[in-house]
Amino acid sequence: MYAQQVETGTKTVKSLAEMGPEEKAFQEKIDAEIKIEAKNWMPDSYRKTLIRQISQHAHSEIVGMLPEGNWVTRAPTLKRKLQLMAKIQDEAGHGLYLYSAMETLGADRDEEIEKLHSGRAKYSSIFNYPTLNWADMGAVGWLVDGAAIVNQVPLQRTSYGPYSRAMIRVCKEESFHQRQGYEILLHMMRHGIQAQKDMVQDAINRLWWPSLMMFGPSDAESPNSAQSLAWKIKRHTNDELRQRFIDQTIPQLELLGCTVPDPDLKWNEERGHYDFGEIQWEEFYEVLKGNGPCNRERLETRRNAIQDGAWVREAAVAHANKKQKQQAAA
Amino acid sequence: MTKYDELTEFLLRLGDSALIQAQRLCEWTGRAPALEEEMGMMNVGLDLVGQARNWYEYAAERINDGTDADTLAFRRDERAFRNLLLVEQPNGDFAVTMTKQFFYDAWQFHLLTMLKGANDERIAAIAAKSLKEVTYHLRRSSQWIERLGDGTEESHQRMEKAVDVVWRFTFELVEKNDAELALSESGNIPSLTELPEKWLATVNEVFAKATLTVPDAPNTFYLSARTGMHSEHLGTLLAEMQFLQRAYPDASW
Repeated sequence: MYAQQVETGTKTVKSLAEMGPEEKAFQEKIDAEIKIEAKNWMPDSYRKTLIRQISQHAHSEIVGMLPEGNWVTRAPTLKRKLQLMAKIQDEAGHGLYLYSAMETLGADRDEEIEKLHSGRAKYSSIFNYPTLNWADMGAVGWLVDGAAIVNQVPLQRTSYGPYSRAMIRVCKEESFHQRQGYEILLHMMRHGIQAQKDMVQDAINRLWWPSLMMFGPSDAESPNSAQSLAWKIKRHTNDELRQRFIDQTIPQLELLGCTVPDPDLKWNEERGHYDFGEIQWEEFYEVLKGNGPCNRERLETRRNAIQDGAWVREAAVAHANKKQKQQAAA
Repeated sequence: MTKYDELTEFLLRLGDSALIQAQRLCEWTGRAPALEEEMGMMNVGLDLVGQARNWYEYAAERINDGTDADTLAFRRDERAFRNLLLVEQPNGDFAVTMTKQFFYDAWQFHLLTMLKGANDERIAAIAAKSLKEVTYHLRRSSQWIERLGDGTEESHQRMEKAVDVVWRFTFELVEKNDAELALSESGNIPSLTELPEKWLATVNEVFAKATLTVPDAPNTFYLSARTGMHSEHLGTLLAEMQFLQRAYPDASW
């Protein structure tokens, strides 16, 4: 899972000639593909953009546990239950890596989580869609993790060292989740009864467009992309990645024997890519604004978890302090 | 309602307890007090589902009528489940969840330590594997009991309340049981007669560090998972857990 629309605070990209000496040296390092590390000088706006992007990415991992948590108590076999539990555990782990990477930039995880809870920070729009049947667990793995991987594979080469290294670890596990998700669907299509095949198609119908929206606004509507690309935080534009995802996903869809809810989807021989229909951008922006199907429930769940758990965290701190005092006295 | 032979019933008691405990942990997804606890609870839950599957597979082989581990988990009604009453109790707050976990972990730890020496090689092998996991579970839950009991005024009060809520279900962990006695006499499993005192010793030790009082020995009461006499909580738990297998009995997942 990942960040979808990140404000960089700059609408135009400076040329080397317009930069001061520090900034110029920084940009030359980026251009030479040398990783930026925590202690290196970096422009304030680079730092802030990365904090926004990595925290958004971390928040997405954590909120992303909820649509799956919705089915973990209802998984149909012990094997499927184990797989889903392992996946949820991995997601919590990814959230932890990412918050750590973010903290190397001087941000504080509790403050960033507070921004999420107060609606000032975003998370991936996809998790605002409900999971309504078991096939959603397959489709989330295949499509949602699939889309995340297409975005994250290039992020392994992102210019900020700690983020890039986090992505290398995360990608390995995500690829595994994606294969598992696809296998859930393939099994239902090949060995399932009609009701199961209907579940698979229904899950794809509901999750297809929201998955395409995970790549963010179209390039024409992404004023922040140019700066992120110049800084090599992003390595490809939203539309490039979306196209890549569609091109690699359609053959997998055909192998399942399913269809996508897009009458305009067609192979374009000349371009060597699939053409596809227009995304409902109005829906996308409404979901990002907090008006999607589950935005309210997702944030409420996370806020409650943190509020209800405050006494537990306080107890842990109080106990650690007591222990420390005892050791100091001994 | 089928009653299986004593050894199979014993295997189901172990498998069902692990599965139901894990199911309760799954309910915490996305709701834990810290991210580290999201991971911790899922990790323990994963171990327990794995253990349940191992015990069920052995039970299924003994039943030998086409039953498999999934049939045992997803197609039996509450009257056939043999899990401890303790593990089916609702999660409550984090103190209740951890108290249940700790009592269960301490019981499993001593039980598996004994079963590791079983003449039945299959039981010995599953116990040895599970014990490695349960050793970690017990360390984790003991530490939480200590942190919460000897943390803040509020956490201490919540722990006292949690113990009060959960304690009465621990009678099953310490009761002397004819069926298990028979199993040990026939040489299938080692004698479990020392289990109650070992369990209580661990509880005493951890509660002392946690500044908590161990209540008097709980009374045996009318319910007993050995006869499938559960509290009312198990039925709804199973309705949720088994829904897909029940709704689509011909499906393959």
